Amino acid sequence: MRVTTMARPAAAVLLAAATLFTTAGAATAASPSPAVSGGEDGAPTEAGTTFRTATPVKQGQKATASASTGDYLYWQFPAGAGQRATAEATVQLPEAATRHGGATWQLDVFDGLRRRQACASGEPTKRALRQDTTVKVTCTLRTVRPWADRWANDPLPGAYYVRLTVSDVPDQDLGLPVKAELRADAEDAGGAHAEGGEVAPLHAAAVAEPESGWNGGWWSARWAWTVGGAVLGALAAIGGYKLTRHPHRAARQQ
Amino acid sequence: MITTKRLAAGACALLAALAAGIAPANAADGPSKNSPKVELVLDVSGSMRATDLDGRSRMSVAKEAFGEVIDAVPSGVRLGIRTLGADYGGDDKTLGCKDSKQLYRVGPVDRTEAKTAVATLQPTGWTPIGYALRGADQDLGTDGGTRRIVLITDGEDSCGQPDPCDVARELAAKGTHLTIDTLGLAHDDKTREQLSCIAEATGGTYTSVQHKDELSGRIKQLVRRAEVPVETPKPVNGADECAKAPELGAGLWTDRATFSEHRWYKVQVKPGQELRTSVSVGADRAVDRDYGVLIRAVGPGGRELVRGSDAGSGRTDVMSSGLRYPVGKSGDDEEDKEARTVCLEVSHSFSAPASVKRDPGLPVELAVDLTDSPDSPSDIAAFGLGRGWVLLAVLALTGLIAGLVWGWVSRWRVSVWRAN
Repeated sequence: MRVTTMARPAAAVLLAAATLFTTAGAATAASPSPAVSGGEDGAPTEAGTTFRTATPVKQGQKATASASTGDYLYWQFPAGAGQRATAEATVQLPEAATRHGGATWQLDVFDGLRRRQACASGEPTKRALRQDTTVKVTCTLRTVRPWADRWANDPLPGAYYVRLTVSDVPDQDLGLPVKAELRADAEDAGGAHAEGGEVAPLHAAAVAEPESGWNGGWWSARWAWTVGGAVLGALAAIGGYKLTRHPHRAARQQ
Repeated sequence: MITTKRLAAGACALLAALAAGIAPANAADGPSKNSPKVELVLDVSGSMRATDLDGRSRMSVAKEAFGEVIDAVPSGVRLGIRTLGADYGGDDKTLGCKDSKQLYRVGPVDRTEAKTAVATLQPTGWTPIGYALRGADQDLGTDGGTRRIVLITDGEDSCGQPDPCDVARELAAKGTHLTIDTLGLAHDDKTREQLSCIAEATGGTYTSVQHKDELSGRIKQLVRRAEVPVETPKPVNGADECAKAPELGAGLWTDRATFSEHRWYKVQVKPGQELRTSVSVGADRAVDRDYGVLIRAVGPGGRELVRGSDAGSGRTDVMSSGLRYPVGKSGDDEEDKEARTVCLEVSHSFSAPASVKRDPGLPVELAVDLTDSPDSPSDIAAFGLGRGWVLLAVLALTGLIAGLVWGWVSRWRVSVWRAN
């Protein structure tokens, strides 16, 4: 703590200098990390605590946050049609000596309309034993569809909320400090999932559009299959025609 | 986005500094009227003398943390400090339970002044948490900007009445967007339960402080959190039937719904638009294990158009669901230009033991959005394209048959021509 006291005059000088250039530094010079972003490649270092304050995270970015056991941590990431998104959270648990037992951590994913989304695979709930130092929870969503019935709960393009919290913990352990890390990735689900239709992305204003766009590209493996099929059909037609034009030769070959 | 804002704020601050000549660093970018407000409420009761934080007294750790926090307050935040139990050291409960005063008014921080004020504090009296929270709420005022109270205490309320948890819920229900975060310096069950309850009632967080550097780090984080721009919902009062329901436009709305109550709202949707709503019902008190939420869009005559629901059990902060309802354009009928009235019915199945207070109801947050969204799946496959070996076989076979037929037909025509 002495170090901090010594550093104060220096910080004041820095502060004065910073005012001359840009005061973005004024807030950051004194505090170790700025409000939301500031990690490597501008990744968020804070998480939101409600749907409204959910911190936006880009695909492939590693967001970090320090929190207390029992906090509800919210992030949001974008996913476009044809993508299969995976959210993966790692929690660094409090020191084992201060804990009174195991804890169950849970990762919930909601779409832009705050509708719960099913995890098609992954381990969204995991029990950490008392001696564990970290716990990792993952959730892979169903492939995002470009359109769905109004009655359906299918994943649509737009923002996805991630909520990380401890779902079961001894009461004495509430409030202990934890560190959480979240990463959301998406892979292209391929031509089998290239679908038609379009809707405006859900709650898209809060997050950046994914690189492949909200609705995926126009290209899909279906083009190759269809064109390939057409060529094959044409060749077969020519072959069939030839067969009837030269019956003797065809018969001789047999 | 936030970085840009900070840069813009920096540019403004630079201009202000130039205009005012040499201004003190902390006043150069004086917070605007709608800037976020944070009040730190510090317990200065006698028990803060205890030396159990890395061998130092709770009070000295708190003072040091406050010094660091004051140094690190972001320029856009207005900060205030209130104490409880700082002045009256006697045994009279009525006096001791009204011992809370504002140490530093909520506003732009003068770092030296604020630190001097904190340095004078000596652990003294009672712990009137409920009373202090009410005071802090008044200190924060009701003008725009987010409002946050950070309560730092080492013990449960020693006054009993008013119950701090009820006070917190009552303050949260006033619709002034107050969040209370609590930090506990002692680790007994009662303190923890009370502080968790206060935090839960307002959507805040509870932290149990084990080491001295955790305290300043956490307070700084909470103060920074206040600075993150966030849309504040507007209050609305849902009716108990569709006919009397208030009309909502696009935006964020907040309401309260007590147990087994249904709330109705109305939305006008024009043809070609899509209605999108999300509803979150907060569990801001002790509730029974199983719960759920249901939102229904109801058309004229009480016909259900679409619904969203979710259910769960166990520990939770909110229960959410949502729905989308596109209203299609059907030709260019004169009457089709008119907006349709869609009623929204929100209900939840939270329940609570009889000992839990019913009033005010659980907080409901309703997000309404009207977007122009296409709702026409031309084909379930992308561009109607096909895929797979069966497709190839069918196309090849069709081609082969077509070729054969074509060949046979031309042979037959040639033979007919020869015969003639």
